[in-house]
Amino acid sequence: MINYISRRLLYAAVILLLVSMAVYAIFQFLPFDPAALTCGKNCRPNLIAANRVRLGFDKPLWEQYWLFLSGIFVGRDYGVGSAAFSCSAPSLGYSFRQNACVTDLIKQALPVTLSLAIGALILWLIVGIGLGILAARFKDSPIDTGSTIFVLIGTSLPTFVTGLLLLIYLTLKNNIIPLNFDAYVSVFDNPSKFFMYFLLPWITLAFAFSAIYTRYTRSAVIETSGEDYIRTAWAKGLKSSVVLRKHTLRAALAPLTTLAGLDFAGLLGGAILTETIFNLPGLGRMSLKAVNDFDLPVVLATTLLAATIVVIMNLIVDLLYAVLDPRVRVG
Amino acid sequence: MTRLLDINDLHVTFPTEDGNVKAVDGLSLTLDAGETVAIVGESGSGKTVTSLSVLGLHNKKRTRLTGEILVHSERGVVDVVSCDDEELRKLRGSAVAMIFQDPMSSLHPYYSIGNQLSEAYRVVTKASKKDALKRCVEMLDLVGIPEPQKRVKEYPHQFSGGMRQRVMIAMAIINNPRILIADEPTTALDVTVQAQILSLLKELQREFNMGILLITHDLGVVAEVADRVNVMYAGKVVERGTVDDIYYRPLAPYTMGLLSSIPSVYGKGTGRLSAIPGQPPSLISLPEGCSFASRCSFPSQVVGASCATDAPHLSEDEPGHFARCHLALADRRTAGAKFAAKGGTA
Amino acid sequence: MTPIVKVENLTKHFPIKKNALARRKAGNVKAVDGISFEIAPGETLGMVGESGCGKTTAGRTIIKLYEPTGGKIYFEGEDITEISPSAMRSYRSKMQIIFQDPFASLNPRHTIGRIIAAPFEIQNITPEGGVKRAVQTLMERVGLNPEHYNRFPHEFSGGQRQRIGIARSIALKPKFIVADEPVSALDVSIQAQIINLLDDLQTEFGMSFLFIAHDLSVVQHISDRVAVMYLGKIMEIAPTTDLYAAPHHPYTKALLSAVPVPDPQTERTRERILLHGDLPSPMNPPTGCVFNTRCWKAQDRCRIDEPELLQIGTSSVACHFPE
Ligand SMILES: Nc1ncnc2c1ncn2[C@@H]1O[C@H](COP(=O)(O)OP(=O)(O)OP(=O)(O)O)[C@@H](O)[C@H]1O
Ligand SMILES: Nc1ncnc2c1ncn2[C@@H]1O[C@H](COP(=O)(O)OP(=O)(O)OP(=O)(O)O)[C@@H](O)[C@H]1O
Ligand code: SF4
Ligand SMILES: [Mg+2]
Ligand SMILES: [Mg+2]
Repeated sequence: MINYISRRLLYAAVILLLVSMAVYAIFQFLPFDPAALTCGKNCRPNLIAANRVRLGFDKPLWEQYWLFLSGIFVGRDYGVGSAAFSCSAPSLGYSFRQNACVTDLIKQALPVTLSLAIGALILWLIVGIGLGILAARFKDSPIDTGSTIFVLIGTSLPTFVTGLLLLIYLTLKNNIIPLNFDAYVSVFDNPSKFFMYFLLPWITLAFAFSAIYTRYTRSAVIETSGEDYIRTAWAKGLKSSVVLRKHTLRAALAPLTTLAGLDFAGLLGGAILTETIFNLPGLGRMSLKAVNDFDLPVVLATTLLAATIVVIMNLIVDLLYAVLDPRVRVG
Repeated sequence: MTRLLDINDLHVTFPTEDGNVKAVDGLSLTLDAGETVAIVGESGSGKTVTSLSVLGLHNKKRTRLTGEILVHSERGVVDVVSCDDEELRKLRGSAVAMIFQDPMSSLHPYYSIGNQLSEAYRVVTKASKKDALKRCVEMLDLVGIPEPQKRVKEYPHQFSGGMRQRVMIAMAIINNPRILIADEPTTALDVTVQAQILSLLKELQREFNMGILLITHDLGVVAEVADRVNVMYAGKVVERGTVDDIYYRPLAPYTMGLLSSIPSVYGKGTGRLSAIPGQPPSLISLPEGCSFASRCSFPSQVVGASCATDAPHLSEDEPGHFARCHLALADRRTAGAKFAAKGGTA
Repeated sequence: MTPIVKVENLTKHFPIKKNALARRKAGNVKAVDGISFEIAPGETLGMVGESGCGKTTAGRTIIKLYEPTGGKIYFEGEDITEISPSAMRSYRSKMQIIFQDPFASLNPRHTIGRIIAAPFEIQNITPEGGVKRAVQTLMERVGLNPEHYNRFPHEFSGGQRQRIGIARSIALKPKFIVADEPVSALDVSIQAQIINLLDDLQTEFGMSFLFIAHDLSVVQHISDRVAVMYLGKIMEIAPTTDLYAAPHHPYTKALLSAVPVPDPQTERTRERILLHGDLPSPMNPPTGCVFNTRCWKAQDRCRIDEPELLQIGTSSVACHFPE
């Protein structure tokens, strides 16, 4: 097991390195001059040249990459003399557009996205798995039919439609959940405000996922119920609750960890639509804006961040799966 | 003799989109302590459906079950067909236990052998975890698994097919059930392993005086372990008797056909096998008369009835020896003699 | 007479990779590990052994569906071990295979007619009277209704599908057919129909068979000689009557004694040899004689020396202490 973990860690590190190289290279080959992009309309040749030197764009490609990479671990200084400034480790570059270290920008946006994703994940797991189990247990009953309709709606309605509908009916028309113009607050500072702030986004985001997870859970539970080892469990004289909980669900839901892990990782890269509809200052909106503004350092950093999250999440999911399934553990 | 099981006129029907599948059609049998009763028949003849009925393992909503399945347990006689779920649950594992055909898929892949075995023990005895584990080790030892102390912590995928079937047997007999139902317990195993498992079952039966209901399609296995035999065809018993009745004095044309289609390792030359032509009828639209009529070579010799339109009854042609056929008994005796096993020709 | 097929010291090992990252070989499955035999024209060689002993691998390697790892294969005296796939094509019409699973081996989207006609198409042969006529003749020959030409596999029962597979394999009148457990998936009454059909076809066309099965009674019925395999090696090879009447190898003896006989009196009286333990892993087979871990006659020598196939009467036996 230790062996397996260390091998997987090494594997993940190698992949991350390769991903960072690839991402870095892609941005180098885009047909823009990164230095010219630092100052927008009021660029003058001498300013561009100065910025080029300050940001290190004059150095050879591999050296730039090396500076970028080492910046992550030791921080990075830009420029010399009075124009000097530095971004402390972990530095992911400097955005001239916003005149800030990219890391600081991410530090602001990440908690928002994290709160959004975690809350939605919990919500959709509860709803999706719960409804899926109910539908499977009471197959062909009204509950099952209801869940089928839910799945149909959830998988066919695009997120922005769900979001807007919720916004219009729950907030604007009926004022069940008051409209929130406040800024983001952390759970630790003001829990109730935090929940009000995220309630609609969570529902919106979890809606489609719940539907998918309901469908998956239902079919996995039904399929597992037909397995020979479930018949063995019945033949032992176990109570139906034990057969369901211990035998059926364990086998049916184990593969769900993979699905959930990867879906979650995808969201951490930024739930662009939801963040835009509800005006949340998260990673998704940040990278969208960065793309629109040609804010290359930010785009580079968020892309890399998203890739890193996916790789790490993959690792976690695989390890978790090995814990759940003994066949993987030993093999 | 102690009666353990009485099945009376069991009908099992599955309503499907294409029509009603009559998987078991009026089956009756009995099982006493210490004896092995076999059900043999081809694929789809209703053997597994019968065995699952005894444990009440069919999905109630999707199955129509009529008749009686009387299990004589320590707590009295229970009719599996009409009793409630809780009563049924208490029979399972303690009075009636079952081993299944495919040992590869019958154990839960995520739990250790010890976990699965002790669960079976604890659900009936309420023993402590520690005692249960001790019992598991004993049972594994009993069924011939080397190093049971160590193996009890391992997972099913670390066991070979033969060992998994041993584990299934250990699990089935861990509560000393009176009735053991074995549905093709060796079909998925190699012959050398099959021989091990069959001899283990016989040994355990002698020790615990269990009644075994053995389900198989292998006439060799039946000859080896059964005392009495029920031959099934298309959901009905077509012949019933002692092993010797069935092998040496077969009275139903289907049994004769079955006996003559098996090439045997011992004796007899390599002439043509006398195969039964055609294939079994669909269970959704069973023929009006004898289910075997379309494959049988005797209908033209039958007098006083029509195989195509009159369904024959299971009649006691000899004491304890039943057959379902219109043909005159004398004619069947003559025909049976041709196909019978030779007897002691090894 | 030149044998139709002759193999010398044939081996087939499958490399096992531990995982995608390491890429190093974790070992070899020695599926077939040095087997030699001949099959004469018109002869049926039966091949028996327990699951995983390498029967299927042997059968497929001989007709070069798998590339052999070592050894030689001769077809009608010509060495076909190394010949190119394109050169192999001309041999394909002379050697065919019938698969075990009558459900998985037929393409569900093709009509029966198309399935049986496939060999003509592949070899680019137009039989006399056209493909359809030839296919229908074949169907009739194997006991299928020629009018079912346009039906699909799922409309047929297991026995009928196996007949389809057989019709396809005899389409080009091959000289040699590998029949890989052609009746194992079938019920006894249907099994007998198929065995009789194979018997008749052999009488009619005089082809040779390598008949693979784990059912010793079936093999006895159909074979002229029988090879008994264990862990990728041949333990004993002998004319059928001799092998069954007087097995020389302890494994053959145990195997025969393990088969239950459909005769209650015989069952009650006969002695049975019970082997202990399970089949060892073909990844690291025992040293010396591969059967030594389960053999009741094994001595020290068996754990060190590998016995060679030696002639005893009409049989060849690989055992230091034959019966
Ligand atoms: N749940 C079900 N719904 C519909 N039909 C069923 C169901 N279970 C079994 N059957 C049908 O009932 C018939 C009898 O099946 P059963 O499994 O008892 O056969 P068997 O004698 O055990 O055969 P085998 O030797 O192949 O195991 C078959 O035709 C089968 O297709
Ligand atoms: N493509 C393959 N890759 C790796 N190992 C293989 C492959 N094919 C077969 N093997 C292994 O080689 C051994 C021999 O397999 P083979 O299928 O030839 O056995 P068999 O005698 O035909 O068994 P059965 O009676 O179960 O069909 C087995 O251990 C099997 O797991
Ligand atoms: S009743 Fe008729 S068809 Fe049925 S088995 Fe007897 S002779 Fe054959
Ligand atoms: Mg069955
Ligand atoms: Mg095989």
